[in-house]
Amino acid sequence: MLKRWIERITPTDVVMWLIGGAILMMIFWGSTATLTAKTYTVHHWFDFIIFGLAQGSIYALIAMGYTMVYGILRMINFAHSEVFMCGPYTAYFVAAAFYSSGFLDQYPIISLIMIFLVSMATSTLVAVLLERIAYRPLRTAPRLIPLITAIGASFFLQYTFRGFYGSGFQAYPVVKILEGEWAWGEFRILKFQAVVIVAAAILMAALYSFVQRTRLGKAIRAVSEDKETSALMGIDIDRMIVTTFVIGGMSAGAAGILYALMFKQVHFFMGFIPGIKAFTSAVLGGIGNIPGAMLGGIFLGLVESVGPSLFLDGLGIVAPYQLKDAIAFTMLVLVLIFRPTGILGERLAVKKA
Amino acid sequence: MKRILILSIVCAVAICLVAVSVPAQTKKEAFKYEDKIGVVKIKKGDPIHIACWMVVAGPDASLGTDTKRGVEIAIEDKGGKILGFAVKLSVQDSGCNAEGGLAAATKLAADPTIVAAVGSNCSSEAKPGAPILWKAGIATVSPSNTAVFLTDPKRGSEYDGYLRTAHNDKVQGAVAAEYAFKQLKVKKAATVHDGSPYAEQLQAVFAENFKKLGGTITSQEAVAPTDTDMRPVLTKIATGKPDIIYYPIFIAAGGHVTRQAKEVKGLEKTIMMSADGTFSPDFLKAAGDAAVGMYHSSPDFSAFGAGYKTFLEKHQKKYGEKPIAPFHAHAYDAAKMVFAAIEKVAKTAPDGTLHIGRQALRDALYATKNFKGLTGNLTCTETGDCADPMIAIYKITADNVKKLAIPDKPIWSPAVAAPAKPAPVKEAPKKK
Repeated sequence: MLKRWIERITPTDVVMWLIGGAILMMIFWGSTATLTAKTYTVHHWFDFIIFGLAQGSIYALIAMGYTMVYGILRMINFAHSEVFMCGPYTAYFVAAAFYSSGFLDQYPIISLIMIFLVSMATSTLVAVLLERIAYRPLRTAPRLIPLITAIGASFFLQYTFRGFYGSGFQAYPVVKILEGEWAWGEFRILKFQAVVIVAAAILMAALYSFVQRTRLGKAIRAVSEDKETSALMGIDIDRMIVTTFVIGGMSAGAAGILYALMFKQVHFFMGFIPGIKAFTSAVLGGIGNIPGAMLGGIFLGLVESVGPSLFLDGLGIVAPYQLKDAIAFTMLVLVLIFRPTGILGERLAVKKA
Repeated sequence: MKRILILSIVCAVAICLVAVSVPAQTKKEAFKYEDKIGVVKIKKGDPIHIACWMVVAGPDASLGTDTKRGVEIAIEDKGGKILGFAVKLSVQDSGCNAEGGLAAATKLAADPTIVAAVGSNCSSEAKPGAPILWKAGIATVSPSNTAVFLTDPKRGSEYDGYLRTAHNDKVQGAVAAEYAFKQLKVKKAATVHDGSPYAEQLQAVFAENFKKLGGTITSQEAVAPTDTDMRPVLTKIATGKPDIIYYPIFIAAGGHVTRQAKEVKGLEKTIMMSADGTFSPDFLKAAGDAAVGMYHSSPDFSAFGAGYKTFLEKHQKKYGEKPIAPFHAHAYDAAKMVFAAIEKVAKTAPDGTLHIGRQALRDALYATKNFKGLTGNLTCTETGDCADPMIAIYKITADNVKKLAIPDKPIWSPAVAAPAKPAPVKEAPKKK
């Protein structure tokens, strides 16, 4: 057993493990140095973790869209970041109207629900149109072609929305009931962050149980395993693919509003960075794997928030938050060195397309 | 046969005559205009092409739109004509980042009709862009680049065609530090920059001066311009318990810092101070009510020359609003400087073609001395610093945020508070 394993490892593997080991050493060394320096108290770490969770659950929601489309079509839907952008950007106008008419302050819950619905509806509509116009005609084409189409569609959507709403940004109104914080002694959580985390958790649980428990979900899983056989079993493949895009669009639209509640700014290019991060989360968790995408998103959010302080502060690196993205992607490399298929592994059928 | 012979002789004679007469004619003109790096020739009826490379789209669009309007008003004041030639203005978006500056400059450099340029807005654009323009022989005057590096003696010869009417951040950082330490009486400061040459150098000047005055810098953090989640980095800053945070960054990230600082424990009471890059109604929109009570260091409107009032009236009439960023007057002056330099070096050939030497134009710009502009008396140094820098401190009120308008009057300026203008006077001896 051991002998066969030794025979199988290549020099590349050894080099990769050495790199991985070096990164791990750095992380360990940095973390110990930071923790022993005691610059941060427990409630600081708690804050970091909450910030990371809130950001991470948004990544996770977007990542669901990437991973489900990959599962069913074996393609990376690079236009998904624009699906994420168009929801909150369109819903902004509803929010602004509610705000200026005073409705938002009077009936905050109803307004929020309506803003959510508008955002989810817009994102879903865009996702479905995208599938119908850009991807379906190319379904039998070689795999690189829909990929390039996706990038094209992404630019098309970005600049269409720029044409609609202008190149500047819009600022979301402040929702008064979400301001402030809940505190237990030294520990505290900002209200809207709690809302973001809870809403994201509910949505993810709902989507996951939809895919796992319902007949429709089962059909989607069947299609992603084997298109031909499921067609023979009487499953309408086109419908299942559209359903997948609907789910992806809904979760992206919801993520968009959560993002807008957290950061208050929307503009036509806002999808790019979260989109890249969410794609990274999907790969991190194992692409095609829904719990993997959730885990990957939350992991990435936490690393971005906690990482710079924990790993780099102790090493005496100045202004570590500049290196936030570097840390996030180093983590991706680290995970892929030791687990090439992501944290939970790709959950694909044996027969890959 | 004979006929053909005669015809050919006539032809030959005619050709000879033409051949002789052409050089004779040019000799008669005797118009010679030479330049080390090239001459722009503008035929009668063609316009003089001035290009702007400014950020007119995206989150920082207010900065570029404001300066573009300054240039437009300057052209209008000229009657749209220099030496009888119409002025054509073209604008390239430069995106407020290095890539955008590179792209815009490359595009301008490819157009041989461009006589001179006004721009860029962000120092990060000028760093890669200005050398490209100068390689193509285009001198550029920036209305709003303030990074120290751009007019540093060590900047290198590739920046020889670059000048600015904006202040050098050596002045701005010093004024901001002085105000924080002496007027606000704070002892501990933290700074945030976004890795752009403008922000990085400005916060460094601030930190240096603040320390010199006797204060301590608790941390100098950095974010990316595209970052949205500033709470972790602000939490890190909070561990140093600063009294003031100086964050001379741009609108999108600046808005996030302003809003999120209020949500981070330990920073609820910290004084927030930003700089000219965020001094715009768009920033007030981005930051919302969190901006109330914060400070900005920015050019001193109240110290601007007499013509500024009429400028504002024209601005209001033409665009229906007040200026939306601090650099419109600098852009006006930059354009006026370019016009004056063109008038100085341009020569008209007898056939009406206007000749403008590129090196001559650059030298004329650098020779600008005691030029009466809106922003003061402009005199260019050897390295292209032309500003008469007057920086003041502004405070944002609730009314400003509500109306989305930047304050028109500073609350403090070193010129008013101290009898001897410290910063500008110190700068003066360096100028030749």
